[in-house]
Amino acid sequence: MNESLSRRNFLSRGSAAVSAVWLSAHWPSIVAAAEHAHQAAKSAAPAKFQFFSPEQAAEIDAITARVIPSDETPGAREAGVVYFIDRALTTFAVDDQQSYRDGLASLQARVHELFPDVEKFSAATPEQQDQILHSFDDQAGAGRRNFRANAKAKPFFETVRVQTIMGFLIDPDAGRGGNRDGIGWKLIGRDRDHMFQPPFGHYDKDYAGWQPNPPDAEKTKA
Amino acid sequence: MRLDTPKYKTSDEVDFVIVGSGAAGGIMAKELSTNGFRVVVLEQGPYLTEADFVHDEIKVLGEDLLTNKPKLQPNSFRKTPNERAKPQRALVYGRCVGGTSVHFTANFWRFHEIDFVERSKVGPVPGADLRDWPLTYADLEPYYTKVEWEIGVSGLAGASPFDPPRSKPYPMPPLPVKGSGVIFERAARKLGWHPFPAPMAILSQPRAGRSACVNCGFCLAFGCEVGAKSSSLAAAIPVAEKTGRCEIRPNSYVHRIETDSNGRVTGALYFDEKRNTHLQKAKAVIVCANGAETPRLLLLSANKQFPNGLANSSGVVGKYLMLNSGGVATGVFEDQLNDYKGFAVSRILHDFYELDHEKVGFHGGGGLDARFDATPVNFALNGLPPNTPRWGKGFKDAMANNFTRTMEVFGHGTSLPVEANSFSLDPDLKDAWGLPALCLTYKDHPDDIKLSNWLSQRSLELLDAAGAKQKWAPPVSEQQFAFHLLGTCRMGNDAKTSVINSDHRTHDIKNLFLCDGSSLVTSGRGQPTMTIEALSFRAADRITALAKRSEIT
Repeated sequence: MNESLSRRNFLSRGSAAVSAVWLSAHWPSIVAAAEHAHQAAKSAAPAKFQFFSPEQAAEIDAITARVIPSDETPGAREAGVVYFIDRALTTFAVDDQQSYRDGLASLQARVHELFPDVEKFSAATPEQQDQILHSFDDQAGAGRRNFRANAKAKPFFETVRVQTIMGFLIDPDAGRGGNRDGIGWKLIGRDRDHMFQPPFGHYDKDYAGWQPNPPDAEKTKA
Repeated sequence: MRLDTPKYKTSDEVDFVIVGSGAAGGIMAKELSTNGFRVVVLEQGPYLTEADFVHDEIKVLGEDLLTNKPKLQPNSFRKTPNERAKPQRALVYGRCVGGTSVHFTANFWRFHEIDFVERSKVGPVPGADLRDWPLTYADLEPYYTKVEWEIGVSGLAGASPFDPPRSKPYPMPPLPVKGSGVIFERAARKLGWHPFPAPMAILSQPRAGRSACVNCGFCLAFGCEVGAKSSSLAAAIPVAEKTGRCEIRPNSYVHRIETDSNGRVTGALYFDEKRNTHLQKAKAVIVCANGAETPRLLLLSANKQFPNGLANSSGVVGKYLMLNSGGVATGVFEDQLNDYKGFAVSRILHDFYELDHEKVGFHGGGGLDARFDATPVNFALNGLPPNTPRWGKGFKDAMANNFTRTMEVFGHGTSLPVEANSFSLDPDLKDAWGLPALCLTYKDHPDDIKLSNWLSQRSLELLDAAGAKQKWAPPVSEQQFAFHLLGTCRMGNDAKTSVINSDHRTHDIKNLFLCDGSSLVTSGRGQPTMTIEALSFRAADRITALAKRSEIT
């Protein structure tokens, strides 16, 4: 949460379905949990990279900026995704370290192969960068409900692509250094509140209430 | 907060050891301890609490915070029994106190009358061994009502013309309608169908010291941080612990049930967190470990007297597995639904519960629900229309537009019981404790595939009637991954074709009982947990009566 957590602030956003009695009883633990998350998120951005050298970080940052580019709205770069990936490689994605080492080397080779005059990926134009990445792109898409970290032996660019999306959209209070200031959630329209009350959107705001099915409804079998 | 609860010594012969603390085990523990028995619940997973239920998709989905751990517990898969199984992740289930009920969707549909007598009504189905249950809907009705009132289900009685009879209304009104529910309701009525408020095991009002749902939006696959989801953890286990007679012992992996020379069980052997082995002695053992781990435990417990595994004189332990069929369609709408707010499902329909197989050309039936259950990372990776660019500006624009404008219509249906579909012990693959891993053998009955396609078409038809700007349905394919784990120790009167009787007692061993998804004789229409819980309430009544008449030991 960006704003400071005051009891009144939290209550004013509370769901009508939550009784004041319940909130009073549970208030301290909710605030404690939310504050803890907030502190964890604040302290999450590392002062320096743990895994990448500054040069490597610049290359990865440039890749993430093509996966989710910055245009009229912020992209992966503003969300600090490269910090998320750096942290991931020493935590939940430690198995991907070799993939990144090998991948950075083959990226360099690919840059020289396609554009002999360009020194490195981050120095290429966006159009050149897209061309380089398309040469790595693996079209095999992941299936529904197939979301697993640490899927082994994934191609390098696919790994960066998936981790860029994770780093852009992960809960900003998760303390993983991604989705800085909730930029990713803001882009997709996800509010950061912990509680919501109906109506939630356009289609339920004018709902007239439940009308029973016709009383003579036959048990029509299709 | 955990209460001070008794600590039994392993040498202390308690009345019951319950293996597993999920939908069935939690209720069993609540009922038996309330009835005065001394109970130890052995749960392989940790004892997590509301403070652990974060919204971090990497921790919960990627690292399996609440579920079985593929690195420690590998699986294998094959389509038919004559193939050699390949190691691959094959199932997911809850692995923490409360089991799968901690992270479920909470769709709580009662089974209908037909589910218990389908064999008599539709006759034999080629390629399947469809059977009637040894009990009827009427036998289970009081226990469905118990689940609704004691565990907490929100809903509207009489709203569906297809509902079976009920003795009492729901204890709470339905949860609020979501945008997906309004769209579904309007379109379904246009088509002449009968949508109604979804019965959900989530509190719409504060109840029994628990909060109502706050619509946080991390529901399916996540634990509830305010205790509104009616998991065993929130609704049953605290009651059991409060009796002072029930000990929940987490991080306890039961890998063998011991028997004596009289062929009676004497207790459960388990690994503690440090992999030390203990034998918890008990007068009777009730296995509620789910439709995969229950048959596995019986098979792992084979000994000289029971060479094919415990309670397996019939040879059907692990067989007749049913995963439920289904098809899903996704739609994108003009305006914002913001369906990420709240629980998953607010409207369903049961018009297709009993399809006429003469007309449709296959056996089975199902229901549809309106939902959005994708959290942000999962949505961006898996929820965009086919042919959306996978990165770059096109990708960014699609996720920015669609996250708040997407919903799904999910069809849930029957699976037929096929003998070859099973969980068994893999002959080669071992878990981290050196024990045989679970092998899934599964090939959907052809009728299940036809039904899935049919439900998927109805889902698209509904999205079309709703005026979706864009809609698609992934092609139906044969299942290779299990969420619902049903039928693997099925109930029946005939000891040659079933594992337990209608009291949930194994035909072979007097003081060994089984109760969970494995007990089901038919699969229902895709929402089994309500029935698993009703069975557990009923089984606890039967077991209590047997124990009071000294007919167990």
